[in-house]
Amino acid sequence: MDYPTKQTKAWVTPQIVVAIVLFGTMPLWIEAVGLYQYLGVEVIIWMIFALGYNLLLGYTGLPSFGHGAFFGIGAYAYGLAQFEVWPNLWFCLAAAVVVTAAFGAATALFLSHRRGIYFALMSIAFGQIFFFIASKWTDVTGGEDGLLDIQRLPVEFGAMSLSTRSNVELYYLCFALFCVLVILLWRLTNSPYGRVLRAIKQNEMRVSFIGYKVSVIKWSVFTLSTAIAGLAGGLFAMAQEGAYINIMSLQWSGTIVLMVLIGGGFVSFWGPVLGVILYFVARDVLGAYTEAWLLWFGLMFMLLVMFKPEGLAGMWRDLLGTLVTRKAEPKGNPAKVEG
Amino acid sequence: MALFEARHLHKRFGQQVVLEEINLSFEEGRLSGIMGPNGAGKTTCFNVLTGRYKPDRGQVLFDGEDITGSPPEKIVRRGISRSFQIMNLFDEYTVLDNIVIALPGIRKKLTNPMHAIDADSEMQDRAMDILDRVGLPGRARTNSKSLSYGERRALEIGVALATEPRLLFVDEPTAGLGADGTSRLADLIQSLKEHTTIVMIEHDMQFLFDVADKISVIHWGQVIAEGTPDELRANPWVRRSNLGELN
Repeated sequence: MDYPTKQTKAWVTPQIVVAIVLFGTMPLWIEAVGLYQYLGVEVIIWMIFALGYNLLLGYTGLPSFGHGAFFGIGAYAYGLAQFEVWPNLWFCLAAAVVVTAAFGAATALFLSHRRGIYFALMSIAFGQIFFFIASKWTDVTGGEDGLLDIQRLPVEFGAMSLSTRSNVELYYLCFALFCVLVILLWRLTNSPYGRVLRAIKQNEMRVSFIGYKVSVIKWSVFTLSTAIAGLAGGLFAMAQEGAYINIMSLQWSGTIVLMVLIGGGFVSFWGPVLGVILYFVARDVLGAYTEAWLLWFGLMFMLLVMFKPEGLAGMWRDLLGTLVTRKAEPKGNPAKVEG
Repeated sequence: MALFEARHLHKRFGQQVVLEEINLSFEEGRLSGIMGPNGAGKTTCFNVLTGRYKPDRGQVLFDGEDITGSPPEKIVRRGISRSFQIMNLFDEYTVLDNIVIALPGIRKKLTNPMHAIDADSEMQDRAMDILDRVGLPGRARTNSKSLSYGERRALEIGVALATEPRLLFVDEPTAGLGADGTSRLADLIQSLKEHTTIVMIEHDMQFLFDVADKISVIHWGQVIAEGTPDELRANPWVRRSNLGELN
């Protein structure tokens, strides 16, 4: 994860511009490439989830295997806030974020002193606890049936009101939130806090010996990433017009890990984004040919882990590296090439 | 009064007593050495003094305040830092970034998520000053993983220095270095000594006796002898316990 200094100082980098243009125009071309609008909604929501998750996995090196639970809590919170309190978009999304973050903060109290395999196992345990509570507490969550008839609430700015009923409209709401999130996370990851996160991944003990209280930082980053999961979960409840238990399952928690790893979350800010796109495109394209698409996806994952653990982002970087070196070679001074 | 004092420290792991009864004091502006055979408890002693382990008994005082059992980050913030015998660097970071992250000025901005760390020229300059002091100014942009062993040793000390300590613990800085590297490190320690109070564990007797103002000998979890290098040369304990070849 080494970027040219110019980029780490900037609010908007060339990559962010590319992402904004690419995803900003997606509804215009997604059908032309043989896909459909709802897929775009799913993709952008999962990208939000994945970017938040990567703060933990890729930046801090904390393998949380129960993160789907927080995505699900966000979805339930959105639905319940709408049914029981105030059917206003901003209020319900805020509720999804705050409620999920509260669960995340409580969970993080137990996880912040752990690392490695112990952290992983405890994160699974908490994920399963939340899954079973959600599946048994039928009065609140609807149990196996889930919460039905969740509304896609309109975006309200004072007197102005924008519908989110259609997939394209909902997509643009998610896209706007995605843009804000990307810029904020880009700044965060290049602030002292972000650098300390990466330092914790590299050498937790040394971080405490340069004066940082590691457990508090781990607690805060876990909470932050669950808050983002809650936002994504709230949006997902809108997309599905319901909140269902299956997204809290261990399988979906594993899927987010898979996406982030395949994309290259360990080496790149953009890894999670690439991984989510690959996953959904593989699901739809491979899925059209065979029901066993997950088998092929799983094999791809295994090959990647064996031969290119840096994921898609790592491959992309290698490719750029080769191109840049080739261009520079005729001038006879490849040493000057940076970034 | 001594800047740093340890009284009656006792530490055991399970059945094994590693520190029996340690009493040490370090004066401001001096370089104090700690020596002793392998397994004598030197590194454990450092770990207790710098907060990695809590002592089972005893007291640690810094500048008159009781810091016994404080966690490392609190001890660092009070002005005590350490380097490690087994190197503890941030291997994905450049040499400069290893230093920058350890600066108190950056730590104080931890809660400002919009502070662009690379745009903070004041901190970048300060980090460059530290790289100058440890002799790595030309390596600032190198990945710390690609440094030579000797350079990594110097960076290890640089990271500890970056926390701006009043008291610096150095654990076997010359471990694994050849004659060349050792003499370069000796020069580095000599130059640091002028600004910083240092406590150093060292195996290389020649080096330690050259540079230290006072030396404590630890054996069987106790301080068995203490004094200036000259006093220790004459000490029968030290001669008998065969701690190293001295000229």
